[in-house]
Amino acid sequence: MANMAQAIRMALHYGEKHLGVTDVFGEDVGPPLGGVFTATQGLKTSWNSPLDERGIIGTAIGLALAGQKPVAEIQFCDYIFNTIDLLKIAGNTTWSSNGEWCVPMVVMTPVGSGIRGSIYHSHSFDAMMTHIPGWKIVMPSTPLDAYGLMLAAVRDPNPVMYLKPKALLRVRGEELIPGEPADEKTLKEMIDAPLGDRSRWKPRWPALQDHAVEIGRGRVRREGSRLTVVSYGRTLPLCLQAAEKLAAEENVEAEVIDLRSLWPYDWDLIAQSIRKTRKVLFVNEDTEVTNFGEHLLRRAVEDFFYELDAAPRLVAGAHIPGIGLADSLEMASVPQMPSIFQAMLELAREVP
Amino acid sequence: MANDTPEARHLKVAKAQPGFRLAPELLLRMHDLMVKTRVLEERLIKMYKQNDGFFWIGGPGEEAFNVALGLLIRKGSGPKFDYFHGHYRSAGVLLAMGAEPLDFIRQMKCVASDPFSGGRNFSGHSSIRKWNVVPISSPIEVQFSMAPGTAMANKRAGKAITIVVGGDAGSAEGDFSTALVWSSRPADPLPLLMAVTNNKWGISTPAEGQHGDRLISERGTAFGIRSETFNGNDPEEAYARLAEIMEYVRAECRPALIEAYVSRLYGHSSASGANFVAEEEDPIKIFETRLEREGLISRKRIEAIWSQYGDEMLKHAQQARHEPQPDPKSIWDHVYCGQKGRAGRYV
Repeated sequence: MANMAQAIRMALHYGEKHLGVTDVFGEDVGPPLGGVFTATQGLKTSWNSPLDERGIIGTAIGLALAGQKPVAEIQFCDYIFNTIDLLKIAGNTTWSSNGEWCVPMVVMTPVGSGIRGSIYHSHSFDAMMTHIPGWKIVMPSTPLDAYGLMLAAVRDPNPVMYLKPKALLRVRGEELIPGEPADEKTLKEMIDAPLGDRSRWKPRWPALQDHAVEIGRGRVRREGSRLTVVSYGRTLPLCLQAAEKLAAEENVEAEVIDLRSLWPYDWDLIAQSIRKTRKVLFVNEDTEVTNFGEHLLRRAVEDFFYELDAAPRLVAGAHIPGIGLADSLEMASVPQMPSIFQAMLELAREVP
Repeated sequence: MANDTPEARHLKVAKAQPGFRLAPELLLRMHDLMVKTRVLEERLIKMYKQNDGFFWIGGPGEEAFNVALGLLIRKGSGPKFDYFHGHYRSAGVLLAMGAEPLDFIRQMKCVASDPFSGGRNFSGHSSIRKWNVVPISSPIEVQFSMAPGTAMANKRAGKAITIVVGGDAGSAEGDFSTALVWSSRPADPLPLLMAVTNNKWGISTPAEGQHGDRLISERGTAFGIRSETFNGNDPEEAYARLAEIMEYVRAECRPALIEAYVSRLYGHSSASGANFVAEEEDPIKIFETRLEREGLISRKRIEAIWSQYGDEMLKHAQQARHEPQPDPKSIWDHVYCGQKGRAGRYV
């Protein structure tokens, strides 16, 4: 099974071959490195840009306006903040021109903690990004969804922000991407660039097939009847682990929803689950003040105030300027399995 | 040797050339478009002062350079044609390309028929997709970060080029450096013409308080970019220099940087009053004196052109005044490509 980095790479290859992707670019995205997380190795249209984030986003806008199909990368979302006004422009160009122009571009960027990345390799970007209208925003938590969401992002005629949870990029999936060889070693030999001289290396791509994950559709990753947990990205697998522990130790079955798309998002799926469980917890790792989970919380309160059996909750990152490097600091700054488990347990035990 | 100093070059380009180098038909066409542009801008200012618009910003004083540029752009849709990334002083470029003055007046009046933005944006914020005029937005210099993208598409499609224009104060933004760096990488040079219209002001601050480069065009020299400074208030000089340098960008598929001295005749925008600044040189007056002196046009004919455009713009303003405002429900239109109406609670 592919890991998420390989899945993204295969999706971009599929995009180049079948969906008109013209440029996959950014810092160290092209040969020889193929991306700091290897997600762009061996791609035909990949190239290295100057170390200039504003140039990367601006050029992606220009390419998109001129009928190309760019996928641009900001190496870490920690370095995307000086492009905010350009992201605003990408998101408002269709609206400002009263529909005259569309901006079909994808920006991908690794987000979040989990690799001991210190202050400038651990930022989240979902709260900031969901404040910029006109974009679609996705964030996979499995390689198969990473593959499918990238195909959907590339097909979309709008700017799409593709957030890559960096802690999950090397995690192998449990589901086969259509066309990939089941054996990890075989896949590695086919599409991973060798160490050392790569100048003559060419990937042997498997016969990949289409598998679009519709933007705006979440996915129930674990069914349960007692409480609903909604998450995405790095914290999603932690929610699943916490749910298993809760089932084993407390005999409480939690439903876990992977939002996958942050904008637009699948409120129908969340609402359906809340109607069933009457309890909901939102989990993400961005700083907790004006957090996207707060928006979801507001909607849960407005729509289900009289139906809920417990106060809805948000578990998110501490509202502090950065994530410290020391293991103890990182663990204390963003949600971990025990804190998620504790919040689920309290929610389960609460009675009206 | 003294001729090679930047100051000497500046003096040289600031001097008017004796006689004419361009055909009389072209000179008269440029004059006509320059007057048309000026009268449009002055009508927009009047509309603002009469409460027929919320804000004015534009380019009176830049007509010579802008009209010359507009006439030289190869207009069309898609990367086989030139892309134009203008700013809010670019009306003269667009009128020279063939844009309708009524459309600028509609944008000033924020009526639903405003083809640039449907009543959503300030005056001077045009967008004409059929001619590759990408939407003009308010942030200073961002167009310089986008222009490498359209220039790459031009390069792939053939002999078309991208033109990006900004002011002298805007060259302080990092986006200006972005365009210099991205267009001149030896591995992938781009057919990008970067133009700085230097009016020696940054909003309320004179150039002395904005930047200290002897010539802004010299910044291109460090990148091996062909760079020139000339008098953008002389339409003939502007046309001749632009024609040559655009041909270079087109034929060689390489970037170029030009700096053109222009005037700013009504200040930065309506925020500073939009009143006529008598100290600045008026390129149209200078051009008319030359045309008249050389016998290309009579004073009577000049006055007739001004009067004809005066009547035309007034009629346009009267028409726009009676056109409907945008439907409040339309705020949801075009959040996404092709979207009409509201699709959900927040979209």
